[in-house]
Amino acid sequence: MSKISCQCGHENPYGTELCEQCGRPLSKKAKESDIVDMRYEGASRRSQTYKSSIIDKIWNFFSSVKIGVGIIVAVLLASAIGTIFPQKFYVPATTDAEYAEYYERLYGVVGKFYFELGFYDMYNSWWFKVLIGMLATSIIIASIDRVVPLYKSLKKQRTRRHPSFMKRQRIYGEGAIENTAESFAKAEEELKKMRYNVKTENGAILAEKHRFSRWGPYVNHTGLIIFFVGVLLRGIPGFYVDEAMWIREGETRNIVGAPGYVLENKGFTLENYTKEEAEEVFGAALDKVGSIVKTYKTDVTLYKEKEGSLPGSDNLEKVEDYAIVVNKPLKFNGYNVFQMDYKLDELKTMTFHLVEKSSEASLGEFTVDLSNPEKEYDLGNGASVNMLGFYPDYDGIKDGEPYSKSPVPNNPAFIFQMNTPEKPTGEKSFVAIRQTLEVEQNDYAIKFAAAETRNISGLTIRKDKTLYILLLGGLVFMIGVIQGMYWQHRRIWIQEDADGHVLIAAHTNKNWFSLRKELDKLRQSTALPAYIDRQDPELDKPEQEGDEEIWT
Amino acid sequence: MVRKKNKKTIRLISRTALLLILAAIIVYAITSKDKVKVLAEGDKAPDFELVDLEGNAHRLSDYKGQGVFLNFWGTWCPPCKKEMPYMEDVYKDFEAKGVHILTVNVGEPKVKVELFRDDMNLTFPMLWDKNKTVMDLYNIKPLPTTFLINPEGKITKVIKQGMTEQQIVEYLESIQPK
Amino acid sequence: MDLVTISSNLLLVSFVAYLVATLFFGGAIKKSKSEKAYHNSKWGTIGLVITIIGFLTHVGYFATRWIASGHAPLSNMFEFTTAFGMMLVGAFILLYIMYRTPSLGLFALPIAIIIISYATMFPREVTPLIPALQSKWLFIHVITTVIGESILAISAVAGLVFLVKNIDMTKKSKQRFWIEAVMFTLVLVLGFVVTSTTFKVLGYEAEFTYIDKNEAPAEITYHVPPLFGMNEYEAMTPGAMTPWVELPPIINAQRLTSLTWSVAAGAVLYLLLRLIARKPLAAVFQPLAKKANSQLMDEIGYRSVLIGFPVFTLGALIFAMIWAHEAWSRFWGWDPKEVWALITWLFYAAFLHLRLSRGWEGQKSAWLAVIGFVIIMFNLIAVNLIIAGLHSYA
Repeated sequence: MSKISCQCGHENPYGTELCEQCGRPLSKKAKESDIVDMRYEGASRRSQTYKSSIIDKIWNFFSSVKIGVGIIVAVLLASAIGTIFPQKFYVPATTDAEYAEYYERLYGVVGKFYFELGFYDMYNSWWFKVLIGMLATSIIIASIDRVVPLYKSLKKQRTRRHPSFMKRQRIYGEGAIENTAESFAKAEEELKKMRYNVKTENGAILAEKHRFSRWGPYVNHTGLIIFFVGVLLRGIPGFYVDEAMWIREGETRNIVGAPGYVLENKGFTLENYTKEEAEEVFGAALDKVGSIVKTYKTDVTLYKEKEGSLPGSDNLEKVEDYAIVVNKPLKFNGYNVFQMDYKLDELKTMTFHLVEKSSEASLGEFTVDLSNPEKEYDLGNGASVNMLGFYPDYDGIKDGEPYSKSPVPNNPAFIFQMNTPEKPTGEKSFVAIRQTLEVEQNDYAIKFAAAETRNISGLTIRKDKTLYILLLGGLVFMIGVIQGMYWQHRRIWIQEDADGHVLIAAHTNKNWFSLRKELDKLRQSTALPAYIDRQDPELDKPEQEGDEEIWT
Repeated sequence: MVRKKNKKTIRLISRTALLLILAAIIVYAITSKDKVKVLAEGDKAPDFELVDLEGNAHRLSDYKGQGVFLNFWGTWCPPCKKEMPYMEDVYKDFEAKGVHILTVNVGEPKVKVELFRDDMNLTFPMLWDKNKTVMDLYNIKPLPTTFLINPEGKITKVIKQGMTEQQIVEYLESIQPK
Repeated sequence: MDLVTISSNLLLVSFVAYLVATLFFGGAIKKSKSEKAYHNSKWGTIGLVITIIGFLTHVGYFATRWIASGHAPLSNMFEFTTAFGMMLVGAFILLYIMYRTPSLGLFALPIAIIIISYATMFPREVTPLIPALQSKWLFIHVITTVIGESILAISAVAGLVFLVKNIDMTKKSKQRFWIEAVMFTLVLVLGFVVTSTTFKVLGYEAEFTYIDKNEAPAEITYHVPPLFGMNEYEAMTPGAMTPWVELPPIINAQRLTSLTWSVAAGAVLYLLLRLIARKPLAAVFQPLAKKANSQLMDEIGYRSVLIGFPVFTLGALIFAMIWAHEAWSRFWGWDPKEVWALITWLFYAAFLHLRLSRGWEGQKSAWLAVIGFVIIMFNLIAVNLIIAGLHSYA
C-alpha cells in the first residue's frame, strides 16, 4: 500500500481523498466532483485501506455505517415484533406447554407461531443478544476507524489551502477587492469577535470554531459502550441481586438476598382516595371509576445482625423504622427494598368458645394466633383447652391423619382437647372450618366465634452495583450528543491567490444557515467577495450579485 | 519494508484480538444465566447459630472435625416426614461415630414443630429457623434438602429429595471422620 | 369560578389563538414573494405574537390545573396529549425565532390543533394519582420526553412542507400516493373528533355486559352506536342498537367500533374535501408550501432532530430508567411503552447516521422525519390503547 504524494509535497495515507495539508483533491472521485465530500475531512478511513485477510474483512464489515444502520434497523424491528403480544414474563404460566396453550388460546394461529418462533421471549433470545453484541461491535470498530484519521487530518490541516480545494467547497466566492491587506486584517479582527480561532499564513486566513463538536459522536459512542459494559457486569454474581419475598404482618423475616439483615412487617396499608378529602377536584373522576388507590404502604423495622454474631442467632440490633411506599424504597447498604405487591386478608387469629352442648353455655373463649399457637389455653374456672394438632392448610385425611398441604393458614384445622371440671380427663374434638369431628359423643364443643385477618406485603429486594456505571454511560452519552449536536464545527478560509484574487470558502458539518449568517455579518463590515451556496439553488438571485438586503 | 511488515502484523494481531474479545463477551452474555451464587458441592458450609426446641444454641462450627448431616424440612412436606424415622433410627449410632444429624425446620410455628416431634417420637435436635435466615443462607428451594458437610467443613453433597434409610446410612458414613 | 374551570377556559383561549395565528401565517405567505421576504411582512409577526399568547394561556392551563390537582397534569391521555400539543407549539416558536419561516407555522399549528382536539376526546376529569405516579419524576420524566418529542415532531412538519412543495402532484407516483396518505390520516383524526363530538353532544350511551379474555364478566359503555359487540355481550341499555357482529374476546369491540366510526367519518370528510377541491389535498396545500425554501426546510428538519434527539434521550430513556428504578425496582423491563421509546430512539439514531454518513438529505430525509413522527404518535396512541402494559393508565 503506497502513500499518495500530493503536489504540495505531503505524503498522505493510501485511500486519502483530500490532501491532509493543502486540501487538493487526490482521488479521481474528488477531482471530478463539484463539491467535495468533506466527511472525515476526506481522510482515509482505516477500514478502506486493507482488504487482505479474513480478519480485515470482518473488521471492514463492522466498520461500515451502512451495516451499522442495518443492525440498528434489525434491533428496531425485533423490538417492535416483541411488543405485538405480551412477552413471556407478563404471561401467567410456568411450563412451555402452558405458554403454548396461552398464546394459542388468546391469539390463535398467529399466537402459535409467535410462540414457536420464540418471539414470546424475544429480548432473552440468543439472536437478540447477538444483535446487540453486533451493534456494540459496530459502534466500537466504526468509531476507532474514524476518530484516528479525523484527528490526524484536523491536526495537520494548513491555513493555506489549494484553490482546487476552495473551489470545491459548498460555500465559495471569489473576486477582486481593493486593499486586500487591510480587508484581511479587518476580517481577522471581526472573526475573532465572532469567537473564531484565527490562524494566518502569508495572505491566507483560516478561522475555525467549535472543533470539539467533531468529537461528539465518539464521546457518545463511548457512553454507549460504558452502558453496555454495565449491563454485562450484571451477569456476574455479586453485582446484581434481584429477589422477591412475601412477608406477613407481624412477621419477622430474613431479607432474601441481603445476608445479615432482617425485616419486621409492622403493618400493610392499602388506602383509597376518599371523596371527603378532595370532593371538588377529584369528585367527578371518583364517581366515574369508583375507587382509586392512594397508597400501598408497608411499615417495617429493619434489623441487622450484630457484629460478630452468626446468621440465625437472633442477636439483632435495630437499624431503623421505615414506611416503604411505591416510589420510596427502603435503602440500606446498597440494597433497595420496594413495595411491589400485596395480598389481603389471610387468617391471622381465630377465636373459639368452649361450649357445653346441653346448655349452650360458654365456659370461656380463647384466641389462637395462627402464626404462633399455644399448647394450652387456660379459660379459668378449671376449664382449659389443649392443642393436640394444628393443620394450617387442612386438605382432608391422609394415611389416617389430617393432612396440611402447606404451612399457610388457608384452611386451618385443629385437634383440641377440652378439659373441664366435669370431664377432667378431657374430650377430644377435631375442629375445621364448618366441620367438627368427634371420636365419641362429647358433652362439650368448641364453637368458632370470630377471626381476624392480616395482610401480606410483596417486596422486591434489589442491589445493583452497576447502576453507577450505567448512569455514567448515560451521562457520557448525553455529553457526547450535546457537544456534537448543539455545536457545529465551522471553518472559513480566506486567501489571496497568485493573481491577487481573493478566494473565500466556508464549511460547517451542520447548520449552514447560521454559518451563512456569520459570513453575511462578516461581509457587512469587511470588503470581501460575494459567495454562493451551491446546494441552495433557490437562494434569491440578488444575493449572488452581492445584495445584502436579505440576510441583514 | 521491515517496519511496514511489522505494522501489518501488529494490525492483524490487534484486530484479531479485539474481535475475539468481543465475540467471547457475546458468547458469555448469551450463556450466562445464574446471577445468584448458589452453594454447591465443594464450597465451605457457611456457619450459623440456631436454637433447638429446648432453647439450646447450636453452631455449625461446634461440630468442627466431625461430620454434619444438615437436613432442612417442613411439617407439611410428605417426603420430609417419611425420612424422619429413618434418621431417628440411626442418629444415636452415628453420633458416637462423630457424625451429627441436625434438622432445621424452616420457620413454622414452634408449637406445630413440637406437636410433630412428639407425634413421631423424635429425639434428635430440631433447630428452629424462625426468621428463615439459615434457609436463605443455604438457598433452600425444594424440601427436603440435605447438605452433607465433612469434618473439614466442606459441603460434599447436596440432596434435593427424600432418602431411603439405606441412603441415609451411606451418606452418613461418607462424612464420618477417619 | 374554580381553578379547574379557569384551567379549561385558558385551554380554550389558546386553542382559538392557534386557529387565528394559523390564518396570519397564511396571510404572511400570501403577502410575501418568498420565504425570505416574510420578516418585512407584519402578518408573520402578528402570527407569532398570537401564537405566543396562545402558548402562554396554554401554560396557564397547565399551571392552574397543576395547582388545582396538586400534581403535574401529565398523568392521563388527555393531560399528556394536551401537553404534547403545548410543547409542539413551544418548539415551533423556538424554531420560528431561529429561522422565521411562516410556512412552518402554517403546517405546525394545524397539527397542534388536531392534536389538542384529539386530546379533548379523552376523559378530562382531574384524576388523583395512583401510587406508581406519585413522584417528582412524573413531571421531570414526562415533560422532558414531551419536549423532546415535540421538537422531533417539528422536523416532521418541516419534512411535510418540503414534501408538499417538492413532490410533483401532476404525475402519478409512489411519493404522491404516500403524501396524500399522510393528508388522509390527518383527516381521519378529524373524523374521530367529529364523531366523538357529535355523539357526545347527542349524549349517546349504550351499556353492555360481556365476558372478557380472562373469562370474567365485565361491563363496558359505548359512546357511539355499537357496530361490533364484545364477546358474549348483553345489552343493558334498552333501545340500544344491536351490534352487527359479536367479536372474540381478544378484540376490544368497543374500540374497534370507535375506530370504524372515525374512519368512516374521516373517509366521508375526505371525499367531500376532494369533491370540493377537485384535486388531491396535498395539491391544495402545495401553493402554500411553494414559497418555502427547500434547503431551509431541510435544514430545519435536520436541526430539530439534532436539538430534539438529546432531549428525547434524556427524558424518554435516562430519566425514564431512573424513575423506573425507583418505582418498579428495575430500570428497564421491556414494557411496550419502554420498547417503543427505544424504537423511536433507534429510529432517529438511524436517521442521523443515514444523513451524516450516507448523505440522505432532501426528500429521503423528509420522509424519514415523517415516519419518525408516525412512530412517536404510534407510541402515544396505539401503545396505550391497543397494547396493554404498565403505562396504560389512560
